[in-house]
Amino acid sequence: MLDVAVIGCGIVGANVAYLLSQHKLRAAVFEKENDVSMGTTRANSAIVHAGYDPEPGTAMARLNVRGSALTKEQCAAFDVKYRQIGSLVLAFSDEEMATVRRLYENGVANGVPGVRVLTREETLAMEPNLSDAVCGALYAPSAAIVEPWDLALALAEAAVENGVELHLETAVTGAEKISGGWRLHTAKGDFEARAVVNAAGVEADLVAAMAGEPGFTTIPSRGEYYLLDKSQGYVVNHVVFQCPNRDGKGVLVSPTVHYNLIVGPNAEPSGREDVSTQADALAFVREKAVKSVPGVNFRENIRNFAGVRANTDQSDFIIGETAPGFITLGGIKSPGLSSAPAIAEDALALVAGAGVALEKKESFVHTRTKKRFNEMTPQQKAEAIRENPLYGRVICRCETVTEGEIVDALHRPIPPRTIDGVKRRCTAGMGRCQGGFCGPRVHEIIARELGISQQDVLKDRAGSYIITGTTKEGGLHHGE
Amino acid sequence: MENNRYDVIVIGAGPAGLAAAEAAHKGGAGRILLLERDNTLGGILNQCIHNGFGLHYFKEELTGPEYAGRFIELVRKTNVEVKTDTMVLAVTPEKRVHAVNEKDGYIVLEAASIVLCMGCRERTRGAISIPGARPAGVFTAGAAQRYLNIEGYMVGHRVVILGSGDIGLIMARRMTLEGAKVLACVEVMPYSGGLTRNIVQCLHDYNIPLYLSHTVTKIEGEGRLTGVTVQQVDENRAPVPGTEMHFDCDTLLLSVGLIPENELSGGAGVEMDRRHNGPMVYENMETSVPGIFAAGNVVHVHDLVDFVTGESQRAGAAAARFARQGPAPEGRVLEVENGASVTYTVPGKIRLANVDKAVEIFFRVNRVCGNSVIRVMAGSEQLAAYKREHLAPGEMERISVPRVLLEKADGCITVSVEEA
Repeated sequence: MLDVAVIGCGIVGANVAYLLSQHKLRAAVFEKENDVSMGTTRANSAIVHAGYDPEPGTAMARLNVRGSALTKEQCAAFDVKYRQIGSLVLAFSDEEMATVRRLYENGVANGVPGVRVLTREETLAMEPNLSDAVCGALYAPSAAIVEPWDLALALAEAAVENGVELHLETAVTGAEKISGGWRLHTAKGDFEARAVVNAAGVEADLVAAMAGEPGFTTIPSRGEYYLLDKSQGYVVNHVVFQCPNRDGKGVLVSPTVHYNLIVGPNAEPSGREDVSTQADALAFVREKAVKSVPGVNFRENIRNFAGVRANTDQSDFIIGETAPGFITLGGIKSPGLSSAPAIAEDALALVAGAGVALEKKESFVHTRTKKRFNEMTPQQKAEAIRENPLYGRVICRCETVTEGEIVDALHRPIPPRTIDGVKRRCTAGMGRCQGGFCGPRVHEIIARELGISQQDVLKDRAGSYIITGTTKEGGLHHGE
Repeated sequence: MENNRYDVIVIGAGPAGLAAAEAAHKGGAGRILLLERDNTLGGILNQCIHNGFGLHYFKEELTGPEYAGRFIELVRKTNVEVKTDTMVLAVTPEKRVHAVNEKDGYIVLEAASIVLCMGCRERTRGAISIPGARPAGVFTAGAAQRYLNIEGYMVGHRVVILGSGDIGLIMARRMTLEGAKVLACVEVMPYSGGLTRNIVQCLHDYNIPLYLSHTVTKIEGEGRLTGVTVQQVDENRAPVPGTEMHFDCDTLLLSVGLIPENELSGGAGVEMDRRHNGPMVYENMETSVPGIFAAGNVVHVHDLVDFVTGESQRAGAAAARFARQGPAPEGRVLEVENGASVTYTVPGKIRLANVDKAVEIFFRVNRVCGNSVIRVMAGSEQLAAYKREHLAPGEMERISVPRVLLEKADGCITVSVEEA
């Protein structure tokens, strides 16, 4: 019997798994997709929020402020891209200035470091490309940008290295109370565990319902984005928000950790997994964004994407036992990414409360280093190629990613099996040509390193095959 | 210690780089280096296994690999040094080239002159923001072409092609010949973006419908593409409600334009010409940085490789001359500007003292024109006029303006097209 079973391996599940892996117990993570970070974790604004949004006294307020501090430590320990660039919430009217002041009060009450209200002049001095119509702003220096999918991956990898079992492509289909724990029915058979942590994101209510009365309903809300070329990455230097509204934090304009520009999201009711984009939603995002930053050049767009928020019929996060020993982490919408490490701490306390002894290991993996060729000095590049000549082979031209980095990624504790999996791990294909040049070469490298046929390499989720057969004459691979 | 000093370094060994390197050799440059990031020479021509190359330059019809092969042979006969699998990371205004490969590691090379021949890349789905899901099965036409023609893999069975650029048209025929069903070619503009001969030989001959003034407005599919919605567009390229057509397909090929690859040019401090998204070049293909030249699709997207060759030979010869003799004579400079119906001109500037008998000016039009006159004007004075029966945005135009006529101009000349 497992001590703990975790359902879902997004940023929340990965954090829980990592904390569990620091203890002397047997834990397993069940993820229905073929990789970690496949849900909301890979499609969001990638912001570590300062913590002035949540109402004081809520779980969200407490977990956001603590979580964002822990996230910063994690990113340093695991060499995850993170830049603390600060955020601005812009006001365009007296009414919005009142909102800004209210957010300031929230920030002070929530213990957010360094928040202050800026005048129009101060705001424009900080961000010269903002609209002239701006009246002032809230400045929060502790807000940061991050690479969320890589953070979840790093935590999941550490968990695996520390002995947690990861079952990919293993959807949990049912749960049954048994003596001293739970029996989970999965795509790969039954597993028994003394305690279960439900970190199933947009499906957390459905998973909770397997064990009891969930007490909440997910109301999925899709947000759509533009990701612009690096030529636009310097249009702003901070995360630039507009005043929040009923639907969320509104459309933001921000640099990314890779020096691209991200613009979005809107908020529309959607299916739980419907991450398609819509023409009218994208038009809405453009229109809102230029209100903040009129000079954004959308001709430099390289990708649109959408993610689904795990909104619920309740305003706060829902953290607690659905049934004895069945712990649900539900409604983890924004600021879920920022709060995740703190949510995991709460989850562990609940696991202990359910009778699982938490005895810390003497030692465990708690760091990671990553070689990023395009960030090296010439001397470091020369050294990297001497050590491993594959670092002298540039595969992704736009992001200057070498074969060495791709091969390294393919031999990590959680090896990617898809083109997009490689992209999430080493940015190959993330640039302006969107894998037009490197896609076929990454494809070949995956097949070679994993010892599988190129025809079995997927682009992304199940069913996303790329090749449908060979040509009549065949090419390099004739006779395969 | 290897000697890292060259007379001419050519970056990129596609058709432009091969021609430039060979011409630099002919032009008397001593030590020439040709750098290529792929493992073979020839660039994109290697995957262009259809014919139609070389009609102007060789007066015969060759396939892409054959056309490349001729120039690879020529280069092999010279003492041009070649490094393949070598990626250039930076070019500095001081004409230092930083590059990496497996064997040499990180190298810094110096050159008296440099020719930029990096070519172009394809515009992607993101560039045109097609809404919908993000399944597998959406390829740029060139990426699909690589899978088929280099790797020998088929990428789908039922195909819709968005954009009537030449690569898309060629792939319509290629996929058909491999047994796929090409359902439609969809073009957002009211005219085709490709060569007329490709419309005829790749679409008409296979009964593939071409929908002009239409675009793809939705992409469907969870894992693999399952269908697309195609809609008519109005004169502002906005979809017209009620004109939706649905195609069940597993493949969408995008042939929606090419963008010169100028990331290195920017680092070299080369001034860009926003009209064609490539470096501003003078009459001999020299950029704004003395001794750095550029040629081929890195400057402006060509319709025919034959013209890439001619332009690159000029660049290579001029690079050799720069290495031997130093900068070109200064003197009077004419700016070449767009007139009516013209989207860009190459060159952007002409140094009269550096012109021998005549200057070739390349340009494209922004609409389809019937019987027309191309006028070269200096203010209100007409320097030259050329008649054409037909001009189209998909086809590059070329005129040759004699130096004696250019002498009459002062400051700037404009090139315009007037429909009769």
